[in-house]
Amino acid sequence: MARPLINVPAKVKRGQIFEIKTLISHVMETGYRYSTTGERIPRDIVTLFSCSYNGEEIFRADLYPAMSANPFIAFFTMATESGTLEFKWTGDNGFSETATATITVE
Amino acid sequence: MGERKRGATRRAVLIGGLAATIGVEKVRATPEQMRAAIRNVVGAAPVRNGRVELDVPPLVENGNTVSLVVVVDSPMTASDYVKTIHVFNEKNPQPNVISVHLGPRAGKAKISTRFRLADSQTVTAIAEMSDGSFWSATAEVIVTLAACVEGI
Repeated sequence: MARPLINVPAKVKRGQIFEIKTLISHVMETGYRYSTTGERIPRDIVTLFSCSYNGEEIFRADLYPAMSANPFIAFFTMATESGTLEFKWTGDNGFSETATATITVE
Repeated sequence: MGERKRGATRRAVLIGGLAATIGVEKVRATPEQMRAAIRNVVGAAPVRNGRVELDVPPLVENGNTVSLVVVVDSPMTASDYVKTIHVFNEKNPQPNVISVHLGPRAGKAKISTRFRLADSQTVTAIAEMSDGSFWSATAEVIVTLAACVEGI
């Protein structure tokens, strides 16, 4: 249901700063909306996103209801060595999703 | 019997609509709440203008997805880097938008994301540097279609 999309360059030079783009499909229901019968729709959002590079955390974000549906987050990191990038999203109602990307450093 | 049922549904819809209208009025944050949220983050430290660049479109047609780019002027070395970037708004139900934690490994203090705006308002980005200083930037946004509290 929640499909993550990751965009990372396949090959980078050592020391190069490259961009990582992430997107996950999620409704990000704010908890401030009402249904047509007047009931408040409960909050359902992704609250935490983190990214680690070969096991070391390089990026973390706390998300609030003001984030758009299907949260898109792009950030930068420096290429140190070949390995894997791990992405993790956690949120309301036990939401948890992970994704990985491999990167080759020349 | 069928007639009565329809009536009840209509009434429920009417009450629902009314509740939604009242709800909208109640859940708006205020500039004071934004200042309180900022105080929560920075404490008593002074927040200076500069070093932060906040890029949001000045006129937004749809408040449900507003692109947001924050760039902080920093060398991003082990001794001088951006620790955190916080984004705040004035008039959404909550003053917080996102809080991002970076480190010297980021290489470049730049983030891009998309957020919601419930009304025309001022957006503020605050960056905390590794030396403990705070820098900020603000941007005015005009929104034609509001987000967050609209009915479905």
